[in-house]
Amino acid sequence: MISQIFILSSKGDHLIYKDFRGEASKDSINVFYEMVTALSGDQTPVVMSHKDLHFIHVRQGGLYWVASTKTNPSPFTIIEFLNRLAALTKDYCGSLSEKSVRMNFALIYELLDEMVDFGYIQTTSTDILKNFIQTEAVSSKPFSLFDLSNVGLFGAETQQSKVAPSVAASRPIMSSRGEQSGKNEIFVDVIERLSVVIGSKGVLMKSDIQGEIRIKCFLPTSSEMRIGLNEELSIGKSQQKGYSSAVRVDECRFHQAVKLDEFDTFRILKVCPSQGEQTVMQYQLCDELPCAPPFQLFPSVQKDYVNRVLIFLKLRCDLPPKSTALNVSITVPVPKGSVSMSQELSSPDQTAELQPKNKALLWEIPRFPGGAQLSALFKVDVPGLSSASLLEVGPVSMSFELAKQTCSGLQIRFLRLAPTQTGLSQRWVRYVTHSDSYTIRI
Amino acid sequence: MPYFGSEEMVKELKRALSNPNVQADRLRYKNYITKVIRYMTQGLDVSALFMDMVKASATVDIAQKKLVYLYMCTYASDKPDLALLAINTLRKDCADPNPMVRGLALRNMCNFRMPGMTEYIEQPIVAGLRDKASYVRRVAVLGCAKMHSLQPNTDIDGTIVNELYALLRDPDPVVVVNCLRALEEILKDEGGVVINKPIAHHLLNRMKDLDSWAQSEVLTFLLRYRPRSDDELFDILSLLDSFLQSAHAHVAVATLRLFLQLASAHPAVQADALLCTSAPLLATCGAASRELRFAGLCHVQQVMRSQPGLFGTHYKRFFCGYSEPTYIKFRKMEILVELVNDENVALVLEELRSYCTDVSPELAQAAIAAIGRIAQTYSEKCLDILTGLLALKQDHITSAVIQMFRDLVWFCPQSTAAVCQTVEACVDSPQDSEGKQALLWLLGEHGDQISSAPYVMEGYIDGLKTELSSAVKMELLTASVKMFLCRPAETQDMLGRLLHYCIEEESDVCVRDRALLCYRLLQRGVEETRKVVTGPKSDPSMSVLTGRQEEPISQWASTFNTLGPLSGCDLCPQTAVISAADQPSSSAEKELLPESTDVTLSSPDDTEEEISLSLGPPLSHETFEKMWLDLEILQRQTMGFPRPRTALDTLQAALQLVKIQTLAFTPGATVPWKAYIYTRSTGTLILAELLQGDQHAPGIDESLVVSVKQQPVNQHAIRGFVSILKGVLGDVW
Repeated sequence: MISQIFILSSKGDHLIYKDFRGEASKDSINVFYEMVTALSGDQTPVVMSHKDLHFIHVRQGGLYWVASTKTNPSPFTIIEFLNRLAALTKDYCGSLSEKSVRMNFALIYELLDEMVDFGYIQTTSTDILKNFIQTEAVSSKPFSLFDLSNVGLFGAETQQSKVAPSVAASRPIMSSRGEQSGKNEIFVDVIERLSVVIGSKGVLMKSDIQGEIRIKCFLPTSSEMRIGLNEELSIGKSQQKGYSSAVRVDECRFHQAVKLDEFDTFRILKVCPSQGEQTVMQYQLCDELPCAPPFQLFPSVQKDYVNRVLIFLKLRCDLPPKSTALNVSITVPVPKGSVSMSQELSSPDQTAELQPKNKALLWEIPRFPGGAQLSALFKVDVPGLSSASLLEVGPVSMSFELAKQTCSGLQIRFLRLAPTQTGLSQRWVRYVTHSDSYTIRI
Repeated sequence: MPYFGSEEMVKELKRALSNPNVQADRLRYKNYITKVIRYMTQGLDVSALFMDMVKASATVDIAQKKLVYLYMCTYASDKPDLALLAINTLRKDCADPNPMVRGLALRNMCNFRMPGMTEYIEQPIVAGLRDKASYVRRVAVLGCAKMHSLQPNTDIDGTIVNELYALLRDPDPVVVVNCLRALEEILKDEGGVVINKPIAHHLLNRMKDLDSWAQSEVLTFLLRYRPRSDDELFDILSLLDSFLQSAHAHVAVATLRLFLQLASAHPAVQADALLCTSAPLLATCGAASRELRFAGLCHVQQVMRSQPGLFGTHYKRFFCGYSEPTYIKFRKMEILVELVNDENVALVLEELRSYCTDVSPELAQAAIAAIGRIAQTYSEKCLDILTGLLALKQDHITSAVIQMFRDLVWFCPQSTAAVCQTVEACVDSPQDSEGKQALLWLLGEHGDQISSAPYVMEGYIDGLKTELSSAVKMELLTASVKMFLCRPAETQDMLGRLLHYCIEEESDVCVRDRALLCYRLLQRGVEETRKVVTGPKSDPSMSVLTGRQEEPISQWASTFNTLGPLSGCDLCPQTAVISAADQPSSSAEKELLPESTDVTLSSPDDTEEEISLSLGPPLSHETFEKMWLDLEILQRQTMGFPRPRTALDTLQAALQLVKIQTLAFTPGATVPWKAYIYTRSTGTLILAELLQGDQHAPGIDESLVVSVKQQPVNQHAIRGFVSILKGVLGDVW
């Protein structure tokens, strides 16, 4: 059972504090903050104890979400609950930030009051909660044209007219009673996290996709929705590889509300989405990517003269030509003691800088079209360079976003709402792949 | 947080709240109330506004009501007399036709933590238990627990307990779970809520209606139910089978814990359950939330204590992502070390090698330590990597590598030659004290194989004045004495200088004493010194290929899915590194002790070979007791002298020195006096009882009697154990 729940900003300001059982003093917030800021890098912050009080916290949206307890509960329960609390806050306030929590603190207190009683979790379902929540969300983001033009998270491109802007889904689910913003929209996102290790000779050593289908629903009433996945989707490792067109995942798990009676034959998920965000299906795929890894790197590292390392990087994007990788950033570790760097980049929108504190150079490419190849030459000055120092260059790590692209090939064939749904509703399907960890050894 | 001018602020708010114009404007009024709550959250004391807030509670606006209630619950204990004023409003609300208002009022009334509340809330709670709306019943059920916590020492109200037990059959699932929670708290002194067969099966059948939070909680309650028969057990397990694969990690893990506990007599079922849950557990290890990832990793580590092979094929899942926080990387590396086998060793080492140049020195050192641990099994491959790292010439890397070399030599004597060669070729020396100690130990222990050893050591002796760490100085003393024994000509002069400095000029007492000890030892002659100083050159108890032993599941099942694995210091990476590093040096110290208390004791009977005792993982009192009752006495022997008259701590320490663990003893001079001790030796566990003044054997009244039990039986070990015990007790006495 939970003794207290509090939300702190990264600077330690008290944003929300609720004591459920009166067994711990209010001072414990400060105790927690002192402990969490005094931790050294390798200590484990998730569970910390002070006398007989345990603090469990998660970090979301730059905030500390903390539960304290005097018993010895399941860490999974508490962590998932705190994550759920953060997700609900996001649903109700539109976005997750210090500002939005500050502005909507009355709403969050109200949520907490219904979610937890005497330290026991009562409910976290949006369907039930929406009956009790009275306070309206204060949207922290004023409408601005800049937001719309910004090619952001989901890479809205103008060449296709019907693409939801990236910020469209970040608004409170409980829109004010006024009709103007109460659009009947539903977003279905296929989000994949890619983690890849490529060996020094370009061999794929590890590849791993963690994917999920997430629904964000703004429909006022819930009715059954049918989501059709690729018909040729196969599940499990044992399937023999015949036609390459088959889309395969190793394992998948579904939200408990999903009805699977048509899944085996037609690959259709039936679900009654409740308002807010929920993950309908999670899946993973290990070791056998259906396509080539999105990036290949051809590095060469040489000692130039006495105190200079030449790093020549050739980076090829193996995506189909229509796709684009966004916000590509490449981190290359450089020898200790590197002082300065000069670079030759192939286009002006790219940037590169040396970060001596992290012993790394950072090369950033805002847009990287599929099939293209970019190269860059870095000259790093390292006083006292020895030939062994070259060993310190690498492994290269990359982070990027692939909009409208799933690496597993999973697609949503159709999205059908029950005909009982009144009024016009808009349906959006979006795909995105994030790099969880993309490492290339040199 | 004492805000500057906070009193002004409170006064201003008070003025505003009592202003009739503001009160008339609902929006403005509510705004001020919101402001009060905001200050309250920030830590400002706004309790002076209590009166005005009580007035504000009389409103039809539920949102405003909620805010005011939040305020009142916070300050009720500070202002009990004023809080009583609010009770009338609340009680009126408890009879409101709207169930939401009823529930809200009842919940908040119960939250007033102040004495004397009970008489006001009892009647509404009892009424609430029978309310038509499930929302109110939920609140009322927990209200019973709150009422009890207000007056924890009063008698338990039997009617309420019965009513709660009856409500376990309520159609609303949350009411059912709340009943369990409330009963658990009310009946805490009697051991909590009773889960008998009908209740257990009722709960099992309701599992599907519950939401995930309730499911995991019910699963935890079911832990205390013991099925009557195997048939019943398997019925239960098959009902719960689908929950092992739940999409919610907390449900899957709670189910696994229940499986492990219920099927403790069926190892095959346990293994199946672990196999089933490995997929969800692995999924949490790759979850988007770092904290969940961490929890998953800690629990994977627990499972691996018994089933090291379970995750073997998934080793790539434990490769570190570059953006992961350090505490996750540490866990992953620990897991990788455990997962190494012949097939994946090359890939795992390559992966670990790439962490060695990480920007964080702690992480780099941990990665080197991980390679060092793998080296105990795959020494050649790892030695190449470690040697290659020395070329980077970075202090923290060099130091960590040298420490690993020391441990490697200690655990795998066959790699000594290669290590000595590398150390000889390594030009720069570690700068931190741990690294220096390790290098000195290597030089002292294997000086005969490192030709440059005396010159390196001379460098340290010359730089003694600037050395700050006394541990390094102690190690230097020991190492120089050892070196003197194998290469006297080159060492004599500098050893003299070293001893002179340490005895005459050193300010640290420990170093001085150590120097004196060495000096006097040398006075006794070289052969005497050699006998004392030189010990085994490698760990005598370890053979090369023994991996970690598989522990029984019961060892960790009780802490599974609790905070233990996440905060457990014994699993912390840095302590693992340190303890591994400590081992050789501490045993090096033991070598300096007189032979009678050496780790391995030769039995007085020369024809018998030595037996060695070891401590192993500690036994709990319960396990000891169970085993003691189960086993037969194998040997009972009179020691021939009464129990030691020394302090019991000394006795315990002395036993610990020869690796006999004391579990319990009777304090002071009570008769009969008893002590329970245990130890391990070559695969067997020895339990023993020391007894003085046994009524059943009056003849040997004054003398100690030792009764030995063992599992599995090994007479040779018992004889060795008894003789060691005799030796120690004799010494102490």
